[in-house]
Amino acid sequence: MPSLKDLKNRISSVKSTRKITKAMQMVAAAKLRRAQDAAEQSRPYAERFNKVLGALAASVGGSATAPKLLSGTGHDDVHLLVVMTAERGLCGGFNSSIVKKARVEIEKLRAAGKTVKILTVGKKGREQLKRDFADLFVGHVDLSEVKKLGYADAQGIAKDVLTRFDAGEFDVATIFYSAFVNVVSQIPTAQQIIPAAFEAPESDEEGTGPLYDYEPDEERILADLLPRGVATQIFSALLENAASEQGARMSAMDNATRNAGEMIDKLTIEYNRSRQAVITNELIEIISGAEAL
Amino acid sequence: MADTMQFDLVSPERNLLSAQASTVAIPGSEGDLTVGPGHEPTITTLRPGILKVETDKGAEEFVVTGGFVEIGDGVTVLAEKAVPHADMDQATYEALVSEAEATYRQIKEATNNEPGPVDEAAKLLMDMVAIGGHIGLDPKQPNF
Repeated sequence: MPSLKDLKNRISSVKSTRKITKAMQMVAAAKLRRAQDAAEQSRPYAERFNKVLGALAASVGGSATAPKLLSGTGHDDVHLLVVMTAERGLCGGFNSSIVKKARVEIEKLRAAGKTVKILTVGKKGREQLKRDFADLFVGHVDLSEVKKLGYADAQGIAKDVLTRFDAGEFDVATIFYSAFVNVVSQIPTAQQIIPAAFEAPESDEEGTGPLYDYEPDEERILADLLPRGVATQIFSALLENAASEQGARMSAMDNATRNAGEMIDKLTIEYNRSRQAVITNELIEIISGAEAL
Repeated sequence: MADTMQFDLVSPERNLLSAQASTVAIPGSEGDLTVGPGHEPTITTLRPGILKVETDKGAEEFVVTGGFVEIGDGVTVLAEKAVPHADMDQATYEALVSEAEATYRQIKEATNNEPGPVDEAAKLLMDMVAIGGHIGLDPKQPNF
């Protein structure tokens, strides 16, 4: 049985751990609010962008000269998986669940005889994937120096991906990230970005929408917009991911704080019990000493 | 006909302006255009330039670097980067110009000085430089 001093030390160490997790939870809550804000601010742009792009794609899509970013290269032999994770741990199963999803996909593609290439964003995903798939890596994007995610960061990643695409390094690109639902629920998601996949335009209830004039012509606009579309999709994925990360960290730290509290309660009871035992012992010793006289 | 229309200026990072506007002057890549209510539905791309909006609360100006415009019932400008004229200072401006300059150099190198893409990048760079003159900043002269 641990001595009173040991128990006291343990209680104070758990107490300071609780202080840390509590602080981390509050920091995560504040960051989450900011991340959610950023995600919301970017939504109008992404929505409108996709609307215009969808309309354009629908009108050009069928033609043989459609850009490769839209129609694909005609094969699907080489897949590029862009796995986005956090730069830091201590956020529950956040990183692992994204990696797990990517891992399943890699196994599936490999079983189907495809070539897989991996590009990671965020340190944690790289660490986990490197163990099993080190030979599949083609690159890594480090965002640990980035304090506030900007569109420029997404543009950098998009540029990297597009350069590889233009060089014919892969046929299909998919991004893996975590979609933010709420604080306790983040869903690991895979989304194909090249060739661009659009949800079919809504049914013809309200006609086909206004007929636009295009300046310059449709195909040149489309060629101009598609690379931006890639950047936009990556940007929204990054923002969703950032919000998910903070959400996951917040609930993980909340759990840790609660567990620490329970542990302190248990240890305090044990401490009190052994303190009483010691007192009783001493009393017995005094009384039996007095009786012996 | 209504004398105003809905105008939205959004960048990937935030919503910059959403207001009722009477006219919007847009620096289009194929030429500048001014849009009033009831304009024909159009989609056009932007070149670096100055976007002028006449709203019910007065005129506002933004420096945009690229993106596109959708003109339908209202006007939606999706700008890659947009800075309100008032926030534009020499340092921001010079950063933008040197960014364009870097792109130009990169393209020039990557394409072996082929006329097509290099010309386009050079045009982009010159547009960027020209903005400086328009907004009363010292136009930074790039080295070609």
